[in-house]
Amino acid sequence: MVWEVFRQERKGQAFQHAGSFEAPDQTFAETYAREFYGRRQESVALWIVPREHIETIGDFVDELGRNYHRVDGYSLKTKLKEAREQVAQRSG
Amino acid sequence: MSRSRSDRAEKLLELADDELVLGWRNSEWTGIAPYLEEDVAFSSIAQNEIGHARALYELAAAELGTTADELALGREPEEYRCAPLVELRQLEWARTIARHFLYETADAVRIEALKESSDPEIAGLAAKVDREEVYHRIHADMWLDRLQASAEGLRRLREAVSELWPYALGVLDEELRPEWVERIRGRLRFDLPEGRPVTRAEHTDDLRELWEEMTMVRRSAPGANW
Repeated sequence: MVWEVFRQERKGQAFQHAGSFEAPDQTFAETYAREFYGRRQESVALWIVPREHIETIGDFVDELGRNYHRVDGYSLKTKLKEAREQVAQRSG
Repeated sequence: MSRSRSDRAEKLLELADDELVLGWRNSEWTGIAPYLEEDVAFSSIAQNEIGHARALYELAAAELGTTADELALGREPEEYRCAPLVELRQLEWARTIARHFLYETADAVRIEALKESSDPEIAGLAAKVDREEVYHRIHADMWLDRLQASAEGLRRLREAVSELWPYALGVLDEELRPEWVERIRGRLRFDLPEGRPVTRAEHTDDLRELWEEMTMVRRSAPGANW
């Protein structure tokens, strides 16, 4: 049984995926998680989850190319450059 | 080394030698444990034991006017005070788990008593060591349950316990032993074996062999400053 580990480095921070390991049950998993991700004081808390309990979603449809839904679909840099050039032309 | 050591130093050396030798024995699984996760976990327990040994040797060394290294690696094999249980070389998993469980349970009884010691240094160190030993006990318990959950595991554990029983009886003195026996009885799914304790005065041949290996580097350059 594979377990996924998420660790919190400092209180209040988000948990981040740290790795995975094999363990036959929850007691073994807790022991191994502590050994692998906690004994050097590198984490303040861990989440351990059996991999089979994690639902993977990987289908993201964008048939019509609606790039304005994406953060990279609209370049602020280009818009800014254009605006600056217009201002320069007017005052120049 | 002084022949008239105090009871305090004597007790500290018993404990330190147990932890050093068992740490050494447990570390023999590094790289060849049944699977990777267990390899890392058991190696880490071995490392903890040796760390406990160091702290105990330091306390004894302060009293005896020597150093932790000198006590750990500078004595003759017959001067060691460890229980024969920890000396045995046994690269068979059921035996390793049986010893781990028998020893950690004994160690728990012993540490509880030491935490009540009127000597603040000893009580303080016992409390510190105990905070790590909690995890060794969880590890020993989970493996014990796992072995006892299958017919083959149970059979192999039972064989191992009956083989180790006289040695295990020798870890604690008569005062603490009954409490240990009751805890073991409460955890095993079979009747306890019979036997007479193998005491700390009776070292095994395995210790001599281990000593040769353990002290080899130090003996190769006497007096060197590491």
